[in-house]
Amino acid sequence: MTAEAVRVHRRKLVNNVMLGATGVCAAGIVGVLLFILAFLLIKGAASLDLNFFTQLPKPPGELGGGLANAIVGSAKILGLATLFGVPIGFLGGVYLAEYGSRGFSFAVRYTTDLLNGVPSIVIGVFAYTLIVMRAKHFSAFAGGVALGIMMIPISVRSTEEFLRAVPVGLREGALALGTPKWRMLLTVVIPAARDGILTGVMLNLARVAGETAPLLFTSLGNAFWSPGINSPTATLPETIFHYSQSADPDWNRQAWAGGFVLLMLILATNVIARVIVTRGRPKGIR
Amino acid sequence: MTTRILQATAALALFAIAGSANAQTQLTGAGATFPNPMYRKWFDAYNKLHPDVQINYNALGSGAGVKQIIEGTVDFGASDMPMADSSLAEFKTKRGNAVLHFPTVLGAVVPVYNIPSVKQSLKFTPAALAGIFLGTITKWNDPAIASANAGVKLPATDIVVAHRSDGSGTTFVWTDYLSKVSPPWAQKVGRNASVNWPVGIGGKGNDGVAASVKQTEGAIGYVELIYAVQNNISYGQVQNASGEFVNASLASVSAAAAGAAANMPEDFRVSITNAPGKGAYPISSFTWLLVPSKIQDASKRKVIVDFLKWMIADGQGMTEALQFAKLPAAVVAKESKAIAKIQ
Amino acid sequence: MSGPATAAPRAMPRKARTPERYSGVRAFAQRRLVGDDVARALVGLAAIAIIAITVMIVVELWTNSELARHKFGWGFIMGKVWDPNADTFGVLPYAYGTIVTSVLALLIAVPIGVGAAIFLSELAPPRVSDALTFAIELLAAVPSVIYGFIGIFVLLPFLKAYIVPPLRAALGWTPLFTGPYYGPSMFSAAVVLAIMTLPFIVSVSRQVLLAVPHEQREGALALGATRWETTWKVVVPFARRGIIGSVFLALARALGETMAVTMVIGNSPQIKASLLAPGYSIAAVIANEFSEATTDLYKHALIESALVLFAVTIIFNGLARLLVAGGSRQAPAQ
Repeated sequence: MTAEAVRVHRRKLVNNVMLGATGVCAAGIVGVLLFILAFLLIKGAASLDLNFFTQLPKPPGELGGGLANAIVGSAKILGLATLFGVPIGFLGGVYLAEYGSRGFSFAVRYTTDLLNGVPSIVIGVFAYTLIVMRAKHFSAFAGGVALGIMMIPISVRSTEEFLRAVPVGLREGALALGTPKWRMLLTVVIPAARDGILTGVMLNLARVAGETAPLLFTSLGNAFWSPGINSPTATLPETIFHYSQSADPDWNRQAWAGGFVLLMLILATNVIARVIVTRGRPKGIR
Repeated sequence: MTTRILQATAALALFAIAGSANAQTQLTGAGATFPNPMYRKWFDAYNKLHPDVQINYNALGSGAGVKQIIEGTVDFGASDMPMADSSLAEFKTKRGNAVLHFPTVLGAVVPVYNIPSVKQSLKFTPAALAGIFLGTITKWNDPAIASANAGVKLPATDIVVAHRSDGSGTTFVWTDYLSKVSPPWAQKVGRNASVNWPVGIGGKGNDGVAASVKQTEGAIGYVELIYAVQNNISYGQVQNASGEFVNASLASVSAAAAGAAANMPEDFRVSITNAPGKGAYPISSFTWLLVPSKIQDASKRKVIVDFLKWMIADGQGMTEALQFAKLPAAVVAKESKAIAKIQ
Repeated sequence: MSGPATAAPRAMPRKARTPERYSGVRAFAQRRLVGDDVARALVGLAAIAIIAITVMIVVELWTNSELARHKFGWGFIMGKVWDPNADTFGVLPYAYGTIVTSVLALLIAVPIGVGAAIFLSELAPPRVSDALTFAIELLAAVPSVIYGFIGIFVLLPFLKAYIVPPLRAALGWTPLFTGPYYGPSMFSAAVVLAIMTLPFIVSVSRQVLLAVPHEQREGALALGATRWETTWKVVVPFARRGIIGSVFLALARALGETMAVTMVIGNSPQIKASLLAPGYSIAAVIANEFSEATTDLYKHALIESALVLFAVTIIFNGLARLLVAGGSRQAPAQ
């Protein structure tokens, strides 16, 4: 073989090896996801029983307890978070997409990105100093505010993105007919972006549903049902955390079950959101 | 479609918010993990007796119990470390009144370990424990440990120390004991709910240390007795002030409290580690509920007072099943009178 | 005003309307103007609220860390001793753990992540690429507490049995892999963080790689380069800024990660050279000690640590934004 041919052969070899390696990387990462899913499926689903969904926690050492209050507590706090974070985020997104002014828009965008980067534990500390310390009790409300703040940046960004994607023609048509701007937005633009905005909310919820750190100092935890929104409340991630730190095998088992339920809900939300968005998108656009 | 969704969401929201909002009094407490199994059992039983009362206890560690009661974010705290004078003063400054200590049970802190080849209960001298936790004794077959355990084949595994990462009354009891029996320890580390551990990995709560020990071969940690028993973790005997190796038990813990019971101070703050006397388990401790002396909310005040009265009477009958020793009669009598101080 | 509104015809000027001409519609017209005002006020309020909340966070963190800032000044950052009993607080042991675990996590995650991104952008057919990317993005949706949980029960024993011994054999002569390995350690935390940050690196890198113009590739291929040579020597350098941006994004996330780290790092505030030793991170110490910081100074020291963490993540997020296509790149759903 000539030197040239040898070189070419080597380059081809390198080519195949490296490209193969990238494939291995991708496969490996997907493999990790599949492993996590499979592990939680096997361990968690096996740990699920009716008690898990219907019973309150029992004292350590006693069997038969469940995470019913944690499930309801999580739902309650996520509801509060959505009530607090989504309207602000949504309207902020509308502002950036439809109204903005040069300087102020920049400020809003910058602070939104800033807010997005704040570690969740820091937001928990903030909610504690702002609400819990002043109100003198832990509460679902404080937890809801903490998670709501975390929902704002994503809400802003996704609302803006999906509003901008609405064709200009739709807007111009409405305005040409004499519709005032607010009405155009309300009846034409926003409904057109509805799918996207809805998925944005879903993805947002899926993200904060798993957050534990901000809840440690805000909603604290509860062995009983929590009436209203002003008492400490049990939540799924916080309970999973505490139970996972324990040497009690029954608590560990409940933590696996809880982890399974939480992960399934989050992943299902992600998948559904994705389906809604791609269904609406014309083919060929990624 | 949208209106329907909105209606459904509103209904759900109302349901969630209303929840079980019948005329219920819910109290929130936070603190020690040491007595957590006992407290959870008590509050569960009390709730069955009085369905309109829910006492929600969060075991976050004694340090958190003290902090949160000072901040006023919980109705009562719980700690195995009596509040320091500085904490009492801080409470007075921030809350305007005093905080009262109410002993609830007696417990023992035991050295738990994970050595698969050793099934027996190991004997630990004070010097051995201090050396292990100081990091000067690093292998299980060290002479300091082997000398007290003739006939037991100790492996040459590394010792992994597991301690608390959070502020802990259990840590206080453990370090209080080590400070009393080991001058190097007293000088280097001292006694407190949070110390600068020379070696080891940190776990959260008694649970976390128990879990660390269970998951790590060669590990040694310190937990309240019930955590070792409920989770099937081997624990050792400790040599007491009289030189005997004592196993933590109801009898040995009660023996440790005998002296203190007779001379209990007014505020109930006392340490009973390394207690003199035959058969006394040297790492025993009272644990306390921390209650403000003035409680504004009348219904909450009533609940706390009623619960405390129930606790020192019927509640004491439930302790032994969970390996906690009852309060000595003298202490109960004194406490009875102290409950009246809650305004 | 920006956006589509500028292209639309303006609403009729107020003065043009006379009562006689629009008598029946006048009420409607007035409502219409109020409607626009209300809308503008609402969105303006929301925009202000967002800025206000962010400012409030900074202000609360700043004022509630005052005692510690005054007492320790800049020494807080380099202070090695964190002793609540002696009222001495220095964040270095925690900063050390945070930085070491995050950097090590990136060292592990970046080659794998960029490799996967290359595969997804250059080699995989579009449908397969989309599906796989979606799957990888799902990794970002897994809650931190579940990563920690699986970390404790699966990863730690796995690392102990299969990964650490070979590493120790190969690299034991360096100070990085000496000493006993108990399980919880900086190394374990770095591995967990690597897995958690992979989705961000893959997703953003893939997007920037896809955005590289085809001409670049075609030019290289036309000159006889292999696919790999094209990718490595032409496409990747072209997308270098964006890839580095994705790394900074991943770094910012890793720095702030709390639950998974505290569950596998060992919670021991020691500064040791060995990666196999237990460590501690800023986020973890805040999570563990905040509820029990009895004295005000202690609490303020923890909040100052939060401030330090906040500042560092802002810097890296900011850098990431600058590097990745001007800042409006959407990170995966997290």
